[in-house]
Amino acid sequence: MSSGAIPSPEGSESETNDAGDAKGGGGNSCSETLLSALAPSVSIERLRQRGRLLRCVREFFEQRGVLEVETPLVCSAGVVDAHLDPVEMRLAAGTDAGRYFLMTSPELCMKRLLAAGSGAIYQLTRAFRDGERGRLHNPEFTILEWYRPWVDLHGLMDEVEGLVAAVYAAAGRSLTAKFDRHTYQSVFQESLDVDPLTASVGDLALVAAKRDLSPSPGMENAERDAWLNFLLATCIEPTLGVERPVFVSRYPVSQAALARVCPDDKRVADRVELYIDGVEIANGYHELTDPQEQRRRFAVANEERRAHGKRELPVDERFLRVLNRLPDCCGIAVGIDRLFLTALGGESLDDVMAFPIDHV
Amino acid sequence: MASYNTSQFKKGLKVLLDNEPYLMVETEFMKPGKGQAVYRTKLKNLLRGNVLDRTYRSGDKIEAADVSDSSLQYLYNDSRAWFFMDPESFEQFQLDQEQLDGVERWLKDGSMVEVVFWNGQPISVRPPNHVVLEVTYCEPGAKGNTATNVQKPATLETDAEITVPIFINIGDFVKVDTRTGEYVERSNTKS
Repeated sequence: MSSGAIPSPEGSESETNDAGDAKGGGGNSCSETLLSALAPSVSIERLRQRGRLLRCVREFFEQRGVLEVETPLVCSAGVVDAHLDPVEMRLAAGTDAGRYFLMTSPELCMKRLLAAGSGAIYQLTRAFRDGERGRLHNPEFTILEWYRPWVDLHGLMDEVEGLVAAVYAAAGRSLTAKFDRHTYQSVFQESLDVDPLTASVGDLALVAAKRDLSPSPGMENAERDAWLNFLLATCIEPTLGVERPVFVSRYPVSQAALARVCPDDKRVADRVELYIDGVEIANGYHELTDPQEQRRRFAVANEERRAHGKRELPVDERFLRVLNRLPDCCGIAVGIDRLFLTALGGESLDDVMAFPIDHV
Repeated sequence: MASYNTSQFKKGLKVLLDNEPYLMVETEFMKPGKGQAVYRTKLKNLLRGNVLDRTYRSGDKIEAADVSDSSLQYLYNDSRAWFFMDPESFEQFQLDQEQLDGVERWLKDGSMVEVVFWNGQPISVRPPNHVVLEVTYCEPGAKGNTATNVQKPATLETDAEITVPIFINIGDFVKVDTRTGEYVERSNTKS
């Protein structure tokens, strides 16, 4: 979209070729076009439905005695991830002037609360991820994140099932089926007949070739995780959770992020994702509490960022200093707009948010 | 040579692939929460019309193709070449039948069309979405029968053959959708 242009309604582009076809053509139709570009992306009825679902989420945690908290959107450091770009910003005035970031998730501040003895907490807030825009992405989105001390991943999955069922009920739909629970390894074996934990880059390239996928230009030199990610995004994800929602757990340890390594298998990490109708809804961890290992992973992520020509991100020393006081706990982040999209129906996130990025 | 990186991907982008110009007709941003973004695109070859599926990862680049459109006036054809003129510079351009790819059915002498240029050379012609053409032959119309669901074949002044409702007569002007080749309505005026 050229700078300053107000997006024209869908389909008008192809009609510009329609010489002599404009009907009316007076000032009236022009102002209608303008009005529709200024209007919210969704109907007021849809906003009511969204409001109802937001209330349902808060009631769910209220009933379970989970404390609602708020942590800053603006911090001087956050999660360091090779593929998550925070929005960078400056505070210009005052003693705290300097470089800050809009958080990609509230994770680190919430963990500092847990380390301070908060007990179970949840937060319903905004998160920002630069450069992410598509059918299922908007650079600013609503995130629900919660933490449960002394609960394991299966206990957390039980609670996620309860939340999703409650949200669907509030949307007037019943979701009675038990969710499937698979491992990362088993979904690759089932969908592509390849073992993601042992396959070489060559094996994975062969899988792509057999399916007539055209990997991007530099893929032949890419690392294993890039291939796994490519196959997951293009072949597997669209099929996940179509019949009933599915949890995928035990991710390769190279994709652990902030999850602990599984005590029974060092090749995988205690990370879980929820998929509904082919849409990634949530990402959770049995949380890593080892500051040295966490520091090492942030350093690896920064190295990868450098390799991709991205700026390194500062490491949050305040977080690392209290990480060893984190109680044994699980936490999960839910993309609220996506969950509401699957519950209420629609084509894209633009069907559940009032003003997506190209409306503001 | 100019290039586009993935963050600039959008419908309508003209790119160069294996030394041929392509139009990006679709692009989808996909990103697993913890992985690198993947862009799935559909690219239409502007010379041949075939569509390719191509996948890119964020940070990849595609070379830009020097493709532009000009409004030109259709002059005439000698059945081997079709001639067009820039109404401002009077410069003339010619395309062959393969490049016209069926568009010649909608070309009336003197009408304006969009011609697509690649590296300064014309490569294809885009007619208006709708054209109004005279019917030069059809079976006589049934008087008073205005039903549109009874159809008959008709030949237009450009030799295009379409089906029209039964009430259309020789000498009538009809509006045709060039994207589908279908009759839209009877027209009172020649465009």
